[in-house]
Amino acid sequence: MKSVRLVGLLAAASLLAAATAQAQTTVGVAGPMTGQYASFGEQLRNGASLALEDINAAGGVLKQQLKLVVGDDACDPKQARSTADRLVGQKVPVVFGHFCSSSSIPASEAYAEGNVLQITPASTNPTFTERKLWNVFRTCGRDDQQGALAGKYLADNFKGKKIAILDDKSTYGAGLANETKKALNALGVKEALRESYTQGDKDFTALVSRMKAADIDIVFVGGYHTESGLILRQMRDQGMKTLLMAGDALADKQFAAITGQHAGGVLMTFGSDPRNRPAAAEVVKKFKAKGIDPEGYTLYTYAAMQIWAAAVEKTGSTDPKKVAATIRAGKWNTVLGEISYDAKGDITVMDYVMYEWKADGTYAELKK
Amino acid sequence: MEYFLQQSINGIALGSIYGLVAIGYTMVYGIIGMINFAHGDIFMVGTFIALIAFLILVAIGVTAIPLALFLVLLIAMLLTSLYGWAVERIAYRPLRGSFRLAPLISAIGMSIVLQNYVQLAQGARVKTLQPLVSGVHTLFDLGNRLVVQISNIQILIILTTLALMSGFTWLISATSLGRDMRACEQDLKMATLLGVDTDRTISLTFLIGAALASVAGMMYLLYYGVIDFHIGFVAGVKAFTAAVLGGIGSLPGAMLGGLLIGLIETYWSAYFSVQYKDVAAFSILIVVLIFMPTGILGKPEVEKV
Repeated sequence: MKSVRLVGLLAAASLLAAATAQAQTTVGVAGPMTGQYASFGEQLRNGASLALEDINAAGGVLKQQLKLVVGDDACDPKQARSTADRLVGQKVPVVFGHFCSSSSIPASEAYAEGNVLQITPASTNPTFTERKLWNVFRTCGRDDQQGALAGKYLADNFKGKKIAILDDKSTYGAGLANETKKALNALGVKEALRESYTQGDKDFTALVSRMKAADIDIVFVGGYHTESGLILRQMRDQGMKTLLMAGDALADKQFAAITGQHAGGVLMTFGSDPRNRPAAAEVVKKFKAKGIDPEGYTLYTYAAMQIWAAAVEKTGSTDPKKVAATIRAGKWNTVLGEISYDAKGDITVMDYVMYEWKADGTYAELKK
Repeated sequence: MEYFLQQSINGIALGSIYGLVAIGYTMVYGIIGMINFAHGDIFMVGTFIALIAFLILVAIGVTAIPLALFLVLLIAMLLTSLYGWAVERIAYRPLRGSFRLAPLISAIGMSIVLQNYVQLAQGARVKTLQPLVSGVHTLFDLGNRLVVQISNIQILIILTTLALMSGFTWLISATSLGRDMRACEQDLKMATLLGVDTDRTISLTFLIGAALASVAGMMYLLYYGVIDFHIGFVAGVKAFTAAVLGGIGSLPGAMLGGLLIGLIETYWSAYFSVQYKDVAAFSILIVVLIFMPTGILGKPEVEKV
């Protein structure tokens, strides 16, 4: 008797679960929620959460409310793969993420096999979209575009000066540094020093003294903000005035927290500030009302979810393969402005501009 | 030559921090023959306590930097040594006298517990401290651009290490506690029979080791200004290597090992490539151990029949 009742209870529970599953679609956001790049994971999560709220308030997608699951990869490729497998197991139709290129790339293969769409708001390494996977898109630019801009800027403004190029051996960092070097060398300028350090290093004094002895005028870092910040801080500690330039991975306030007032004058390539775009004005206001500054990749994540939601509405289904085809074919109005895609899943506009950090810990577009 | 001097200064400052952490490994090994893998994380806890102490002092209006540094040093040493004591009490003492691997495994467990505890209590994001001790001194300026400079913080690190090392050598060689520690090191059972309170001595050893690690932690915080819950791992591995290189169980050996690892890493970065500095440091460790299996200053173990 007891067991019959239990079975009945179980059946009722599973029915209930099925009923809630029908009213809700679960989507994933993944990135480094813990670890030294956790501040970027937070940007992704903030962007996705607000987009989700706004979409749900407007009636959801295909009359279903959205629900968010958060995956944490700690910017570690192995953990990214297992996070991806877990999200695939939960049968989410789409994942917004990851942040680090070295996480997005292994994760994308798990998503491709598991029939999940992946839109990264932040991974800029070219390889991500170069492998002809059906399921990958990004709302940000690529490191070859970014490197080309950085290389050209260096060649234009620092001709005859001594340039050092460093990277952190990560997929993103080494990729960006190599693209920058390629662009710089193509313009006939040769760097004076090319070195790599290890992600997580704290002591750069030897490297800094070496750059000092080589009389380096500007150093380009392909790497994330913690190490770039420490390099800058240790250069200033040794009394060096050498400029620092880096890629989009600097776009977080924590960089200024590490460097203090030394952040002033640091150059950075990043997408033209989405916070200032007319399409974003209303959303930025909403973020500010919640006490969140939508810096860095927050709005890129918001846009990724907007694109997916609009494409699902247009397709009339959340089937990832069909949605992917719709996204490729269409033009999408987002907080970043209008976005359209090429066959690989890259955005069709060149997005990068040069930024300068100020001593008060904010950054603004560099006026030509 | 200027370049060499400059890099030596960088290397000595880095090596001093490694050395201070390495002493904790070597002391515990010397007395109870066990590697305390949680020591790197005690160091990490020390950096966090120092940071919190700084923030509290600033909040209550202690802004005179020398006074603040001194108070933070006291608070960090006191609280961190409590952690060291607690770790010994919880994870090692109940296992004393059991088989050799048991405390080793519980040390690894303790290391994971401490890391996760700090991650949960303090969050996973990196914590930063603005430079407090700034300013550089020019030692040599030979007219060209290669000046040799030493920063105040580097001076502070080197002086603190020297002071602690001399104080510590005195403690070991001239006090009754030091005599008890040496007795425990030579023969734990015999020391007990002769009336040495071994439990108390071992507890104090952990306490002192943790206090030294907290000083290293505070220096680390001042020097680099960026900490997270994971720094104990790398620092621990490097310091452990330093202890083995210098001869585990030998106190001057730990300091020497720390300085050597710091200098090797720095010179390798300076003259070859930054990329392979860890490879260089560990390769030298292997070479030294092949020719001197007990490390540079380690005593060869005498097999008693």
